[in-house]
Amino acid sequence: MDINMSERVLMKGNEALAEAAIRAGCRCYFGYPITPQTEIAAYMARRLPKINGVFLQAESEIGAINMVYGCAGSGARCMTSSSSPGISLKAEGISYLAGADLPCVIVNIQRGGPGLGTIQPSQADYWQATRAIGHGDLRIPVFAPATVQEMVDLTTKAFEVAEKYRTPVMILADGFLGQMMEPMSFSGEDKSGKREEPFAWGAFGHGNKRKKNIVNSLYLKPEALEAQIEERFKRYKQIKEKESTAVCGEQAETAEIIVVAYGCTARTAQAAVHKAQDEGLKVELFRPVTLWPFPEKQLKDACKNAKTVLVTEMSKGQMVDDVKLALECKIPVEFFGRTGGIVPEPDEILQKIKEMVVN
Amino acid sequence: MPDFKRPNALLDVQTHYCPGCTHGIIHRLVAEVIDDMGIEGETIGVCPVGCSVLEYNYFACDMMQASHGRSPAVATGIKRANPDKFVFTYQGDGDLAAIGTAETVHAAARGENITIIFVNNTTYGMTGGQMAPTTLPGQVTQTSPYGRNTNTDGFPVKVCEMLSTLDGVAYAERVMVADPKSVNQAKKAIRKGFEVQKNKQGFSIIEVLSTCPTNWGISPQKAIERLKSEMVPYYPLGVFKDCSVRNKE
Repeated sequence: MDINMSERVLMKGNEALAEAAIRAGCRCYFGYPITPQTEIAAYMARRLPKINGVFLQAESEIGAINMVYGCAGSGARCMTSSSSPGISLKAEGISYLAGADLPCVIVNIQRGGPGLGTIQPSQADYWQATRAIGHGDLRIPVFAPATVQEMVDLTTKAFEVAEKYRTPVMILADGFLGQMMEPMSFSGEDKSGKREEPFAWGAFGHGNKRKKNIVNSLYLKPEALEAQIEERFKRYKQIKEKESTAVCGEQAETAEIIVVAYGCTARTAQAAVHKAQDEGLKVELFRPVTLWPFPEKQLKDACKNAKTVLVTEMSKGQMVDDVKLALECKIPVEFFGRTGGIVPEPDEILQKIKEMVVN
Repeated sequence: MPDFKRPNALLDVQTHYCPGCTHGIIHRLVAEVIDDMGIEGETIGVCPVGCSVLEYNYFACDMMQASHGRSPAVATGIKRANPDKFVFTYQGDGDLAAIGTAETVHAAARGENITIIFVNNTTYGMTGGQMAPTTLPGQVTQTSPYGRNTNTDGFPVKVCEMLSTLDGVAYAERVMVADPKSVNQAKKAIRKGFEVQKNKQGFSIIEVLSTCPTNWGISPQKAIERLKSEMVPYYPLGVFKDCSVRNKE
């Protein structure tokens, strides 16, 4: 695809994300069809062979994530994408990737669950992404775009963070963002035509020039495993300190109610907040961009003068846990959400805000 | 007669295998082939979950450890990013023919240009001898204490026969490591698998019938006898597929 770097074009979220990954240097994609993320795979299938990259449709999500493990383990830049039920299948592989400190990007274009649920958008995989992405003592950075432009920007960022800290990184979007078209542009270095050397730690054949590399997550001695996990948690600490990101409206200082929402819901919430502000209510929006690390400090700052906080999500309330933890329960936190694939209406959120004002 | 030395592709370390276990022989054969072809620097091995999980400490080439059964998918990821390197997996029967069936069958169907060394000893060794997909009818294991009952436990999976029906498979041979002659044949088969990969002819699998004296509860010598008298009749030796001539580029 020939897109001028600075040109603004109309693109579907899923396709923009795929193109951004290629421009970030992703050479190999392994995936499996599932709605509403399949456009990512289809885009990769068209585009990657033309730049001598690898597209492979795996036999399953389990196969795909383990291909990512092998590919990343050999020191190459790679990714996979799926939607909620498929991410559950990838859990084993993600744990191994984290356990072997392998960088890669995993995209979840969420749909409603549990089970087969629905193909409509949802944010019900927050806990899975931030708490239970696989067995064992692990965390992975989770980025939550709210626009097609952010699908692009955060994908670029995801590859950087994955490589810098040697960790899998997740883009947690939803079916709405994946399917919608918006004007966006690509910026930064276009690495799509470049062949990069494999990472030095990769198992790609020692060529009789260096010591052999082993990619592994097994430590039979408890002390050795603990030491490895401690080292990893030091990196997690750095990620927390340096990478947590949020966007906060300008009127937070004087706001009595802070509305907290991420992704697609943040846009609905933004519309509700604007309406409330137009009616003279002291309300402002806070939008976490990284879900892990959760922008605790930024939220605390934003809520300095707030009397209450409203969390709104496309779930029965998952991120609300992190909001309460960040605020240490010092401010009352209320919740409004729709689930099952329903995107909340601005008026529904506005009504909730008004109820909070009255109370 | 040449000197009998440790192959360079096998590191000078003590293995954890039980006395009489045939993993040591099979490791050696793979390492000898790597030495003979001079490809240690270009080879990446994938270890499974099971008794041979620690082989990343034994082979001198780059190694990757895979989750249970996923070695063919992991090998696929390595090979696609490094098409000119040699990639082999080394898998047991539980790993390859039970939990990893889908990964195995589809790597084979894609004609993935990798070599699988499939060690069939009719039991899960590492976890203490449970029924495997290749456990023979009537065979007593920890989880088939009255003998494998085909009415309830089904039938053993004949991997080479099954995979040889797939067009992506370039080479499939079953060998055993029961005596010097069969060990030599096993080495030839492994070499053939790596040659097929070198020529980019597609998927190769070498099934090696082997023993597990510890979990079979018999001496190493009796285990070799059982291999010959009970396993070979059910799992006949031989070449099941050889497209190395037809596919030659």
